[in-house]
Amino acid sequence: MNEITCECGHVNPEGTVLCEACGKPIEGNQHINGNEDKKLLNMRYDGSARRSQTYNRTIVDKVWNFFSSVKVGVWLIVLTLIASAVGTILPQEMYIPPNVDPASHYRDQYGLLGQIYYQLGFHNLFSSWWYMLLIAMIGISIVIASIDRFFPLYKTLKKQKPKRHELFMKKQRIFGVTEADQVDLELYKKNLKKRRFKIYEQDGHILAEKNRFARWGPYVNHIGLIIFLVGSLLRFVPAFYIDDFIWVREGETAMIPGTEGQYYIKNKDFILETYNEDDETDARFKEAIQKQGGPIPKTFQTNAVIYERTDEIIPGKEPELAELKDTQAKMNHPIKFDDFALYQASYQLNEFKEMTFKIHDKGNEDTNYGEFTVDLSDPKNEYTLDSGYRVEIDNYFPEYEMQEGAPVSVSKYPKNPAFVFTLYPPDSQEAETSFLGIGANVDASGENDYKIGLVNFDVRDVTGLTVKKDHTLPLIALGGAIFMIGVIQGMYWNHRRIWLQPKENGVWIAGHTNKNWYALRQEINKVISGTHIQEPRDQYEKKE
Amino acid sequence: MGDLSAISGNLLYAAFFLYLIATFFFGATIRDKKRAKSRTAGNIGISITILGFITQVGYFITRWIASHHAPVSNLFEYTTFFGMMLVFAFIVLYFIYRVDLLGLFALPIALLIIAFASMFPTEISPLVPSLQSHWLYIHVTTASLGQGILSVSFVAGLIYLISQIDQSKTSKHTSWLEFVIYTIAAVVAFIVLSSGFSALNYQSVFQAPIEGQQTEITYQMPAFIGPADGDLVTEGAMQPLIEAPEWMRGEDAAVKLNTFILSLLGGLLLYGVSRLLMRKRVGAFLQPMLRKKVNPELVDEVSYRAVAIGFPVFTLGALIFAMIWAQQAWDRFWGWDPKEVWALITFFFYAAYLHLRLSRGWHGMRSAWLAVGGFGIIMFNLIAVNLVISGLHSYA
Amino acid sequence: MKEQTLKKKRKRLVFRTVILAVMAGLVIFALISNAKEENSVIAQGEQAPNFQLQKFGSGGETMALDDLKGKGVMVNFWATYCGPCKDEMPYMEELYPEFREKGVEILAVNLDSTELVVQNFIDQYNLSFPVLQDKNGQVMDLYNVSNLPATLFINSEGEIVEKVIGPLTLSKLEGHLQKIVPEE
Repeated sequence: MNEITCECGHVNPEGTVLCEACGKPIEGNQHINGNEDKKLLNMRYDGSARRSQTYNRTIVDKVWNFFSSVKVGVWLIVLTLIASAVGTILPQEMYIPPNVDPASHYRDQYGLLGQIYYQLGFHNLFSSWWYMLLIAMIGISIVIASIDRFFPLYKTLKKQKPKRHELFMKKQRIFGVTEADQVDLELYKKNLKKRRFKIYEQDGHILAEKNRFARWGPYVNHIGLIIFLVGSLLRFVPAFYIDDFIWVREGETAMIPGTEGQYYIKNKDFILETYNEDDETDARFKEAIQKQGGPIPKTFQTNAVIYERTDEIIPGKEPELAELKDTQAKMNHPIKFDDFALYQASYQLNEFKEMTFKIHDKGNEDTNYGEFTVDLSDPKNEYTLDSGYRVEIDNYFPEYEMQEGAPVSVSKYPKNPAFVFTLYPPDSQEAETSFLGIGANVDASGENDYKIGLVNFDVRDVTGLTVKKDHTLPLIALGGAIFMIGVIQGMYWNHRRIWLQPKENGVWIAGHTNKNWYALRQEINKVISGTHIQEPRDQYEKKE
Repeated sequence: MGDLSAISGNLLYAAFFLYLIATFFFGATIRDKKRAKSRTAGNIGISITILGFITQVGYFITRWIASHHAPVSNLFEYTTFFGMMLVFAFIVLYFIYRVDLLGLFALPIALLIIAFASMFPTEISPLVPSLQSHWLYIHVTTASLGQGILSVSFVAGLIYLISQIDQSKTSKHTSWLEFVIYTIAAVVAFIVLSSGFSALNYQSVFQAPIEGQQTEITYQMPAFIGPADGDLVTEGAMQPLIEAPEWMRGEDAAVKLNTFILSLLGGLLLYGVSRLLMRKRVGAFLQPMLRKKVNPELVDEVSYRAVAIGFPVFTLGALIFAMIWAQQAWDRFWGWDPKEVWALITFFFYAAYLHLRLSRGWHGMRSAWLAVGGFGIIMFNLIAVNLVISGLHSYA
Repeated sequence: MKEQTLKKKRKRLVFRTVILAVMAGLVIFALISNAKEENSVIAQGEQAPNFQLQKFGSGGETMALDDLKGKGVMVNFWATYCGPCKDEMPYMEELYPEFREKGVEILAVNLDSTELVVQNFIDQYNLSFPVLQDKNGQVMDLYNVSNLPATLFINSEGEIVEKVIGPLTLSKLEGHLQKIVPEE
């Protein structure tokens, strides 16, 4: 096969279905768009030569043509769609409680279905390799299908001539023959201009065209999608994307992970507010609050100070800090500094901070031989009271549990503190040892005279913040914006063309649009009013 | 404040009845024998529709003032808003194409949606911190508008199918159409049952173990399916016929299952009675009324045009605005939350629709079925994802 | 004419191959990065990053990894609330004098937050090797350690020879320590 010279003299590339210049159906190529035996021409891509339809020799061509096919593209979309739907039947792994074994969680919670779901990898569908591969193949399909269609279509629309082949005219969906002596072509052109058509003339043949740019909509939105996908891909590059998490206790200053020791945060205060039905401004929610039964949160907020480290960064070394900003993180209002953002993501309320104890007679709680306060994050070895009593801390368990009859701590956080105290009374009586925890006060020897009792405690909150750095956002936003422009461009404008051919005793008129034929016919009716051109018929409609 | 929310509620009632009246006027257009000759009934219909729409906007604004935030924050508010957007989309497409029949189908669907909405708790609810963002209403209203427009595509597709399917013999087409009609009947049954029993103040209370704790479970309908290991507490109430399976967890799982099954049975009853009265398939019964009025090419184009207009709006609202908000509130623009995934599925579905239509020439019947499928996905996202598959968006 | 067509064809083949290759490359990159993300820890064979921490019971004296250049260093991450950590402490104590002679230092990086608890522990177990205080878990973070105990064996060139997550037996500990004895 070679280039094809049409009878109008135009040289078309191989695989052309309709002559680029005059639209004449090229013999031997009509099967490409399925035009054989059809009354109407299929105007897909204006009959331009899609390369995928032509070259199919090497492996590369075969792969290329596979991805170029819209059919394949639609299948990929449908497969992704089905997979996504299956992925929502049971919760994804990221939404099940942490610290549980996923395999047994799915089995215990959902039985056999859960087990199958887990085995097939649907519990982590959206980061599974095959889901990603599906998305990637859609991406490839978008690129190749667009390249394959855009360039030929662009060339064809650029090369089109007002003078069309008769066969082309007759086989258009909108076609009409007018037999009249007086056709007011000037008015026709004026009407067209009024409706913002562009007019091209050649030997009395008139082509009116508008909104050709709408044809580029699909390609523009595909470019947007590709940019979006590339942006998502960049998230795998650490320089572009950091996602970390930090717990900070009230009053504590902590390094912000992901910043390589550059930044620190101090949690001044964590605030949790709930809606209160007795409050005047919240009264409008009274019914809903009562129905809920429990408190409904109103605000999560961390008042914080961000510091920057000024000395050389050596992990572990006590840093020198300079205040950067005093600010707060709220839901929907993250703290931003440098390239980073801190999001209010979680919290824990009422962790123990301080405990105050008093010494009293074992049998009489009203006696008081002095009080002392233990800072649970930094307890001292011994406390000497004004009354002369001395208390030593022999052991401290921030979060105690009894294991094999002995107290042990299971974490470093004072969630359930317990102590072993030794009390030295002033008048050199014998020292007394006791174990003291919440709900436990054990006398070691059973012969103690004194008792140490908890009289007061102080708590603090812990805030959980997500640390994010994301340089891919601008690219992703750009992709989204271009996609929207493309979709709107393609969907809200219609490419319309009206051809007019002068005949000896009248004119022929034909029309084409990429969509919304009813609206095109309405427009044609307006354009021809008063020109003595007769209303063309929709040959597609007539068929049924 | 109380007055304002009462006014708001009354405005919604008024809008509901206006839509109902408008439906009858659109119904009267069928009687006009000649196509597009007398426009009186249609003109009155659309005028009343617009009046109804304005009334519903009034509901929306007054409720906004009463609650200090856009009323799109719980299932009731969102679903009524969706109904309103469906009406709005219908009005827009009506003025492009002037198809009276569209009103005859779009308004009842909107009515069903609004009635369905009022089955959920209607009180004004406070916003949890993540919802306290302007993006709440930017995202939700745009997404809902998109869905409303896409739903008009379903309405037009349904008209196409009812008028065009060959009813002379039973086929896949006729069966699926009957299924769609049955589904609508089940929704009607749900609304009738819920509002009926709630008017009677029906209650039956059970004690059943939930996550190892004895919990009180309240049914608002007769309990055909009781909670697993539950004991009936209310005296004189019906004993359940069977118990919900063990694996159905969550406090309301058994209640929801019971409601669902009852609605299906009610739907079956409604559908069965209609068929007995009509003595033929419901589709076959409806067809002759539409046949003469419908221009299939035009209805097909309306259906497609609705997708063409609705798809970009939906993408903007349900995906792009959603991502911007999610980025602010949850530090990631996409989290594979079930609702997000179903929005993506909707997007994929209509993307496939457009590709099939533009490149592979799927017009008419196929295109109409796709429109029905798309609406099915939208409804699934609205109902099933909110009530069954929970996640961040779970309103109820 | 024929030659021109051939040239065109070749150009097309090259164009298509390049586009496909680029896209295949991107896809492979995505798949590999995705698979890798789950276990991104400091790997064997890498240079151990420097840190500087306060020593327990020294009144504020600090130690830095870089100060120990030329020696083999074993870094053990532990805490008092971690059961298996307690079990391996005696082994470390037992082998410490011998390997110290051979030029190997043991650094026990502790993750507790209260000094009292750690001091009690040190006294109870009679530990003689330096115990360093990593209160906020910065060094643990730096080394991407998420579970205790974890032990790194660093040779005299500062290269991580071995990384062990979980408890060590006496014989295993000895074997790993042998590997980082500096050559004379």
